[in-house]
Amino acid sequence: MDDNQEQQDFDGMEDGSHLSADEERLLGELGLFGATRREFLGQSTAAVLGTFAFGLLAQEEALAQLAPSPGASMAPTPRLENAVRVLLKINGAPQRLEVDSRMALLDLLRERVGLTGTKKGCDQGQCGACTVMVDGRRVLSCLTLAASCEGKDVTTIEGLAKGDQLHPMQAAFIKHDGFQCGYCTPGQICSAVALLQEARNGDASHVTADVRARGRNINLSEEEIKERMSGNICRCGAYPGIVAAIKEVQSGTRTAQTWEFASDERIALAMNDGAINDGGRRTDEII
Amino acid sequence: MARYIGKEMSRVDGFAKVTGRAKYAAEFKVPNLAYGFIVTSTIGKGTIRSIDTTEASRAPGVIGVLTHENYPKPAPPAAPELKPEENRNVRDKSFRALVSNQIFFNMQPIALVLAESFEQARYAARLVRATYNEEKPMTDLESSLDKARLANPSRPPRPRGNPTEAFAAAPVKVEAEYTIPIEHHNPMEPHGAIAFWEGDKLTVFDKSQGVYVVRQHLATSFHIPPENVQVISPFVGGAFGSALRPNYYPALTAMAARVIQRPVKVVYTRQQMFTGHGYRPHTWQKVSLAAERSGKLTALIHDSKNNSSSFEDYVENTTGMPRTLYACPNALTSAQFVHTDMSTPAPMRAPGAVSGMFALECAMDELAYALQIDPLELRLINFTDVDPDSGKPYSSKALRECYRLGAEKFGWSKRNPEPRSMRDGRLLVGWGMATGIWGAFQQPASARVALKSDGTAHVSSATADIGPGTYTVMTLIAAEYLGLNAEKVKFELGDTRFPRAPVQGGSFTTASVGSAIYEAAQNIRQKLMDLANKEASSPFKTAKIEDTELLDGKLVLKGSSQSVDIFALMRRNNLPELVDVHEARPSREREKYATGAHGAQFVEVKVDPATGVVQVTRAIEVTACGKIMNPKTSHSQEIGGVVWGIGMALQEATEVDHRYGRIMNPNLQHYHVPVSADIHEIETMFVEEDDKVVNPLGVKGMGELGMVGIPAAIANAVFHATGKRIRDLPITPDKLL
Repeated sequence: MDDNQEQQDFDGMEDGSHLSADEERLLGELGLFGATRREFLGQSTAAVLGTFAFGLLAQEEALAQLAPSPGASMAPTPRLENAVRVLLKINGAPQRLEVDSRMALLDLLRERVGLTGTKKGCDQGQCGACTVMVDGRRVLSCLTLAASCEGKDVTTIEGLAKGDQLHPMQAAFIKHDGFQCGYCTPGQICSAVALLQEARNGDASHVTADVRARGRNINLSEEEIKERMSGNICRCGAYPGIVAAIKEVQSGTRTAQTWEFASDERIALAMNDGAINDGGRRTDEII
Repeated sequence: MARYIGKEMSRVDGFAKVTGRAKYAAEFKVPNLAYGFIVTSTIGKGTIRSIDTTEASRAPGVIGVLTHENYPKPAPPAAPELKPEENRNVRDKSFRALVSNQIFFNMQPIALVLAESFEQARYAARLVRATYNEEKPMTDLESSLDKARLANPSRPPRPRGNPTEAFAAAPVKVEAEYTIPIEHHNPMEPHGAIAFWEGDKLTVFDKSQGVYVVRQHLATSFHIPPENVQVISPFVGGAFGSALRPNYYPALTAMAARVIQRPVKVVYTRQQMFTGHGYRPHTWQKVSLAAERSGKLTALIHDSKNNSSSFEDYVENTTGMPRTLYACPNALTSAQFVHTDMSTPAPMRAPGAVSGMFALECAMDELAYALQIDPLELRLINFTDVDPDSGKPYSSKALRECYRLGAEKFGWSKRNPEPRSMRDGRLLVGWGMATGIWGAFQQPASARVALKSDGTAHVSSATADIGPGTYTVMTLIAAEYLGLNAEKVKFELGDTRFPRAPVQGGSFTTASVGSAIYEAAQNIRQKLMDLANKEASSPFKTAKIEDTELLDGKLVLKGSSQSVDIFALMRRNNLPELVDVHEARPSREREKYATGAHGAQFVEVKVDPATGVVQVTRAIEVTACGKIMNPKTSHSQEIGGVVWGIGMALQEATEVDHRYGRIMNPNLQHYHVPVSADIHEIETMFVEEDDKVVNPLGVKGMGELGMVGIPAAIANAVFHATGKRIRDLPITPDKLL
């Protein structure tokens, strides 16, 4: 398949040749030339990789060598209908793209710029897995048309860590085991990071007792965190760890450990204890 | 002294997951990729009369449309199309897409649109028009219970003792029916695959709980040797049983890739998930319990009937585990199925057991009230140390300890058994408990352990990590028994290039794959000792292998200061690595015993009498499942079990419009799963068992166990709170008003 125009546009970002004079100026003012843009490109290749990612990266590099089959079928009309050009920033780096007018921000991230950290769980705004931050606020990228992101500043899970330094929320999720399969995790973490700003703003929620009496920089109770995070489904059920992680980052409050090993002494004590229920009617016939 | 076992270890794949670097099946970058979008049927039964793809094919970006009319037929007819007598001879009866014009269930795939972009494929999918010869589908289990049958009629249920007579003669008895609706796994990651061919070699990135199962399925689908198929599945975004059996999309994706000679990606929509990977079947159960006035059970009669598809005989083993739980001399249990015009069910977390135990443990609660005996005490009275069917002793069963410790931790002694007797302000408070039971299974599994002279180890096995922490626990086990720091161990899974492992299911992964790694590490130690003994200075000349251990890069003679640096030893022998590929199998010793994992669950609910809303405000899991390898991830497993139990008890139901056989709520808005606001205190206590019969590591697995008792415990607590016995899940507010 010939590279289509969109791909050329994206590839062209490297030398900036597709930027108009106005765009060059705008990006210059934003401080997004040179090092910053190289940083973005670097992020998606080498930096911030755990051992797992290294293996996966090698796998992808091998795949990139895959030669097209001579008999490959192409669409007779691959060109986009209703193409829309958008200029947006993703994790600090400008991206100028020509997109299908129907493309969601989620698919732009996953399928066009290769940032697959943002997850597609339901594609209809019901699960929260696709949560990213647009201009600092959390949005569902599956319900956000890419074409509507002109001039917007998008932060994804890939943009939270600074080099090898995890964002405190990312570190807290690991510490409190706030995930299992990991698929909802990027959305949970983006949601949680945006939540910190909402708390700083003093934004109210459904469970805020008095919406008029709120101040700024509020410490969120567990109930507030649960309410505000209920748009992000975790099917593995890692909610207690998620809440503990957010609580620790948001207010510095530690959650008590909720697991224990039964010690031999405790087992012996419990097994020698006669009655199991004085409220019940028969407490004498215990094994 | 264990360095890692039994201690908290953060997930070794945590960094990859919190930074978005973990790659799930549909996320691999493959050049020249085409996108497939599935079109599904709008009827529940019949045949496709015509399918018009003209308009779809003309839409911009469309490469082609696959339907049953142009789908190549490399394989013999799939099981659903065969006559029953031929169907019986087909091993893999799973549904295959687009092989005929027959419609077996609503939302069945009828076409696959292939386009240059996802948007183009999705749009064109809406332009495919089908007409049908429609028949009336039958999808309602409860109206067709009389059609239930055994999967194997030549093996009718075998009674223990004489249950009918014992039931008739007993002074106290309860009898009730319990129903569970269809439930869907709804993992967060939709099932999807990327497939491409290089000549007659097929590579598939898939969401799978067992890459070898998918490989076999694809090999038979395309009549190619299994060695020609590579299946890769390094990360799985939840599965819960939905990626155990062969699903239809990998073969469909691979066929599309073959037809257009390009890599193809197909991902289910959330809606397509509801007919694309199975579900927990709709289940009707009847439990009859009889007891002496002392509480001793005298009879258990347990019937279960679940729905299956019209082309597979899927029976949930609903009654198997409940049958063995109590010392009841007379028992008769049977599990049957009813053919319906739905897709085939699949195992879903704690399959069979959680459904059967919901019925049995609710019935035990009802019996406790009939006897006026504390529900926990009733269970202690009927405790058994032996399998009541075989008479074999349990290799370990610290269930009594679980009951006692759980009661103490929960404060059960303060429970007033009278329904509606406890309140918190205007809220009704209920306390309930139930027992959890699951097997302590081990399956044959292989692993490759390579100890390298640079001080690292590479370990691999074609198992999966759908979330329990397999990457982490296998790293932990290898580090422990190779005597290395965990950072020096790299474990890989989810690839058919690695040694064969069973599917990740049944909670047997650590017991199976962990044992393979453990035994391979023992073999490596033996090889190192043999190497050392070739040298004159070896301190192991008279030592037995049991007298040695690997620790901090040394082979150590236990109880002495004598040791050999293993990496220096390897280098002296010009060995860059020592490799052992090992298959671990269940021991013969197991056959002398009954085995199982057990637990006790205690929950508190608060019910709003005005709205009928139930909140599970506290849940305590006390678990006896052998040795705990990593309490951090094990605790998370138990939490997950509780959350799933809460969903099953209070929220989850797939609603079918039986007029059309169509699922009405195939989405996460109307299929309710627990969210953060639904989940409150969950505490876990591990009662460890020292059991080397089950496997050399002494582990039993817990992914399913933690869920098993929760729905019954909640239903029992709701009865205690409200006086209403709800036997039809989920316990939604309307049932309490």
